[in-house]
Amino acid sequence: MTTTPPLEIRGAALQRGDRELWSGLDLTAGSGELIAVLGPSGSGKTTLLRAILGLERLSSGRITALGEEVRGRGNRRIGYIPQQRPLPRDTSLRGRDLVGLGVDGHRFGLPLPRRSDRGRVDRLIDAVGAREFADRPVGMLSGGEQQRLRVGQALADDPQLLLCDEPLTSLDLANQQAVVGLIDRHRKDTGAAVLLVTHDINPLLGKVDRILYIANGRFTLGTPGEVLRSDVLTDLYGAHVFVLRAGDRLVVVGAPDAEESHHHHEEGRE
Amino acid sequence: MNWPDVWDAMFGGVADYGAILILVANSVIAGAVLGLVGGLVGVFVMQRDMAFAVHGISELSFAGAAFALLVGFDVVTGSIVGSLVAAAIIGVLGAKARDRNSIIGVLMPFGLGLGILFLSLYDGRSANRFSLLTGQIVSVQTGQLGWLIAISAFVLLGMLLIWRPLRFDSLDPQSAAARGVPTTAVSLAFMLLLGLIVAVSVHIIGALLVMALLVTPAAAAMRIASGPISVPLLAAVFGFVSAVGGILLAIAGTLPVSPYITTISFAIYVVCRVIGSRRDRVTAATASKVAHRGDR
Repeated sequence: MTTTPPLEIRGAALQRGDRELWSGLDLTAGSGELIAVLGPSGSGKTTLLRAILGLERLSSGRITALGEEVRGRGNRRIGYIPQQRPLPRDTSLRGRDLVGLGVDGHRFGLPLPRRSDRGRVDRLIDAVGAREFADRPVGMLSGGEQQRLRVGQALADDPQLLLCDEPLTSLDLANQQAVVGLIDRHRKDTGAAVLLVTHDINPLLGKVDRILYIANGRFTLGTPGEVLRSDVLTDLYGAHVFVLRAGDRLVVVGAPDAEESHHHHEEGRE
Repeated sequence: MNWPDVWDAMFGGVADYGAILILVANSVIAGAVLGLVGGLVGVFVMQRDMAFAVHGISELSFAGAAFALLVGFDVVTGSIVGSLVAAAIIGVLGAKARDRNSIIGVLMPFGLGLGILFLSLYDGRSANRFSLLTGQIVSVQTGQLGWLIAISAFVLLGMLLIWRPLRFDSLDPQSAAARGVPTTAVSLAFMLLLGLIVAVSVHIIGALLVMALLVTPAAAAMRIASGPISVPLLAAVFGFVSAVGGILLAIAGTLPVSPYITTISFAIYVVCRVIGSRRDRVTAATASKVAHRGDR
């Protein structure tokens, strides 16, 4: 483990057309830290992850990931779980092939199979508990099974920085716990920093170290206890927002049309 | 129509089959190579949802060939130029599926119209006119056949070199980009290779029927397999069987090659579809017995 933090963002701003998504963003993710990114859709959460990968250009500021300033497009040393879209039923891909794309999908040249690659794919499949369904076509697998495989693909190069975009959407409770468990174990075992975009903080409570809450082009950063408070979020949204506690769950009430625009946003990605 | 004539058209040459086969040996080789490579390319055509693009490219390829015929230039070169122009336009302007389909919809009739114009201005042998649209490999000259084989081999090599990044980009584009695959360059390289193989197909099976070798074999393979090796392998075998089988059957008579190729390729697809749906039913039944999944 190095002394440089896996992720350092300084004075970052990003524009889409003539709209500024956010600006003045400073964030340092330390080794083994799990940071959740929350906020209404359209607030630029996915864009933030894409900027760290070098797939979006900042309008100002800079990002240093794993000791290198982000310049090129894409970075194999960063693990990435893209926002889930269920794969079509007839996708010609078995479970193990989805993981395998993370291992050798970037390589040019004659596609000769290597024994070491096969071993690596097997180890990844075991690590995410996917052995039972690894040889079935991915289109026939459940959302939870597909997501386990995506985690396996993201861990292909033992990343010291893991970016997850809504990895828990449309999973049932048991599968949410399983996927959170896999991500949590990876950061504990390897000291990787994790940035996880989510619209529901509950599956992560007790594991998440800090929360980055983005809304209206502004943001607030702190521990769950500091951020998930009615006065803090009311200030951030500029509207009355209540954080309610129901048993051991937190519910944010009054945040402007988060759910509705969320679906709209997903359609817009096509 | 009388049956003895039909019989004669189909099997009149059986007596001299050996002699005919020697004459058309090069055509058989060209068909074999195109069948194999077309099947492989077809897998990516299916995965990238580009069947319509294949059709669009082939019409512009036809226009290019017809223009070459009119001005007395090499027809193979003409078809390649037409193909590459179309592939480049579609590749650069049509990154998104919806844009792509509208661009192709606009290009295709224009290309076909141009081709028909050039052919009607052309006053050479009329057999050549039809052959670009419906194919007649046995009338392609030996020198040109050599070129067609060489181009197919080049496409095969190119496909193998970009195989894994292309597959990643086709099946899982978001992750591919995140992992540093140069997705734009890979897509354009594929369009280039696709353009070349379409140009070859235009000469062998005809501009209107190119899909029988570039789409149908891969579509058939994907009905019955899902592995990274089994799908392209089966697609290549299906393409090979359709192309070579079609030529071998056609030279027994006087009928054109293309209907044989399209029919064999279609028959393979139908068989695969039946096998595939039967297997789906079995898998679905076992899956619902093993576990009842809520989210699927």
